[in-house]
Amino acid sequence: MRQLTQDHALELLRQMVRIRRFEERAAQLYTQEKIRGFLHLYIGEEAIAVGVMDALNDDDPVFGTYREHGHALVRGVDPGAIMAEMYGKVEGCSRGRGGSMHLFDRSKAFYGGSAIVCGHLPMAVGMALGDKLRGRDRVTACFFGEGAAAEGEFHESLNLAALWGCPVLFCCENNRYAMGTALDRSEAQTDIATKASSYRIPAEKVDGMDVLAVEQAARRAVAAIREGGGPYFLELETYRFRAHSMFDPQLYREKEEVEAWKARDPIDLFSATLRERGWLDDEGMSALEQETEAMIDAAVAFAEAGTWEPVEELARDVYTTVEGE
Amino acid sequence: MSDARTISYREALREAMSEAMEADPRVFIMGEDVGRYGGCYAVTRGMLERFGPERVRDTPLSESGFVGAGIGAALAGTRPIVEVMTVNFSLLALDQIVNNAATLRHMSGGQVSVPLVIRMATGAGKQIAAQHSHSLEVWYAHVPGLKVLAPSTAADALRMIPAALDDPDPTVIFEHVGLYNTEGPAADDAPSVWRAAVRRPGRDVTLVTYGGMLPRTLEAAEALSAVGIAAEVVDLRCLRPLDTETVLASARRTRRLVVVDEGWRTGSLAGEVIAQVSEGAFYELDAAPRRVCTAEVPIPYAQHMEQAALPQVATIVRVAREAVEHG
Repeated sequence: MRQLTQDHALELLRQMVRIRRFEERAAQLYTQEKIRGFLHLYIGEEAIAVGVMDALNDDDPVFGTYREHGHALVRGVDPGAIMAEMYGKVEGCSRGRGGSMHLFDRSKAFYGGSAIVCGHLPMAVGMALGDKLRGRDRVTACFFGEGAAAEGEFHESLNLAALWGCPVLFCCENNRYAMGTALDRSEAQTDIATKASSYRIPAEKVDGMDVLAVEQAARRAVAAIREGGGPYFLELETYRFRAHSMFDPQLYREKEEVEAWKARDPIDLFSATLRERGWLDDEGMSALEQETEAMIDAAVAFAEAGTWEPVEELARDVYTTVEGE
Repeated sequence: MSDARTISYREALREAMSEAMEADPRVFIMGEDVGRYGGCYAVTRGMLERFGPERVRDTPLSESGFVGAGIGAALAGTRPIVEVMTVNFSLLALDQIVNNAATLRHMSGGQVSVPLVIRMATGAGKQIAAQHSHSLEVWYAHVPGLKVLAPSTAADALRMIPAALDDPDPTVIFEHVGLYNTEGPAADDAPSVWRAAVRRPGRDVTLVTYGGMLPRTLEAAEALSAVGIAAEVVDLRCLRPLDTETVLASARRTRRLVVVDEGWRTGSLAGEVIAQVSEGAFYELDAAPRRVCTAEVPIPYAQHMEQAALPQVATIVRVAREAVEHG
């Protein structure tokens, strides 16, 4: 295991705080109707994107879900372009075509933002298959919720990846609820890692609230994939602190349960660790918060100053070329 | 073109794919039983021996999984040809085709293209009943972001595979099961594969069709000539985007339109062709447009019942005569 340095630890904290504050601002902007459509917040689950992404190379492809702002930020997609995308501006990372659920940045090998639960797993397997056929040494990371395990495509994808030895890192963000349906109300076998094991994929359960545990597991997994070529599965146990989307009265879970999980807030837990080590103090935290706020202010200003795609471009990019030309 | 050979539709598909794989190491094929079995309709027979299991890849029965994997592999810079046994089975992969392949380019603001070719068998006539015989081309032709080709001849089969592989967007190719054993010239003078072709010129009525209905529409045109009616036969070839220009030009010349379509009547491609001609040439027509489609029933097994459901030469002749003789 790699020795943890102060710089690296502070960077992990910084990434988590950036996601948290960015999304808190997005929620405010949603109530101001600057952001419309669906908005799914990742708050509470930040340690996963931060820990996993840290173990990847910059050119390793990433596939995410509709709850992917955090992944995009950590991957290095420009915060202004993400915010502008949520505003629907043409300066957005998907030209305002996708919105919150469909952030794309090919230059960062960030392949979206997919909003059909589990629909991106087969593509992730295919990306890894394509790399394998072309002799490219990359690991494709695929994030999805535990709700995906109920879909047929989950089983098809795991089987294909294992059968063909595709270099895929499956990251199941088990936040215990598929929208409002608790895991034990939707699955006969609630142990998701066991399902992966049944396809002969090495699988681990990881504390998804502990960024160091996530990072270490992801490093193990990525090393195993690069060595052996086949897939690896991480079940990252976590909890969504906010509602499923902005339209969710949360009738399906008890306040006590939410509070119990909030006691294990990944940012609080990790800051406490850093303070114990003497790597973080009030001044350091305050500087981090200020820097984050400035980043978000700049992103919002960029989005506000953005422009609308001309309606004449409505049909642009339905196709790459005009047929027969 | 100088290729004077006669070739079967099945061999044409195999030859076109093999040549593409020889020419471009990025091209590979995958699907159920494409390798050791040689393909459900024997299209890929011998290709495993020639190109090996990495490039002629047998898949499990996971239509959504391997079609989606084809999309991902296309994003990774390969040129996959995914074979789905029949259009009926492709419904298990509709999520991947409609929600991913067709949307990614537009939804990402033009950042990614999906250069994927999906081939599937379509159509009835083999007595394999209601879960193997349907013609659902229109489902795919409905979707912006997809291109849809329907080769009706061996020459088209030879040309459409490389054209689809060269195209940067997802292309679905429909191979009619009744055509695999047909033979024809390896080359003809048809225009670009993305355009409709006039297969037989005529002045009295335009018969528009595509895919597996072409042979019997040509037969009907021959029968009509015996009663003094010169029918022009237009083969759509590309079902999305539709070559409205060629269809309209023909309808304006003959002033009468009959569309022959193996799909069900309601919501059919035939309906779309008629709508487009009505929009573009309504006052130039001398007769109400008509269509000959499959009866709106699941395709039955018994031969006489199956044939009763499908467009027949006699029906095409009767409807075309109505258009010409009664306006």
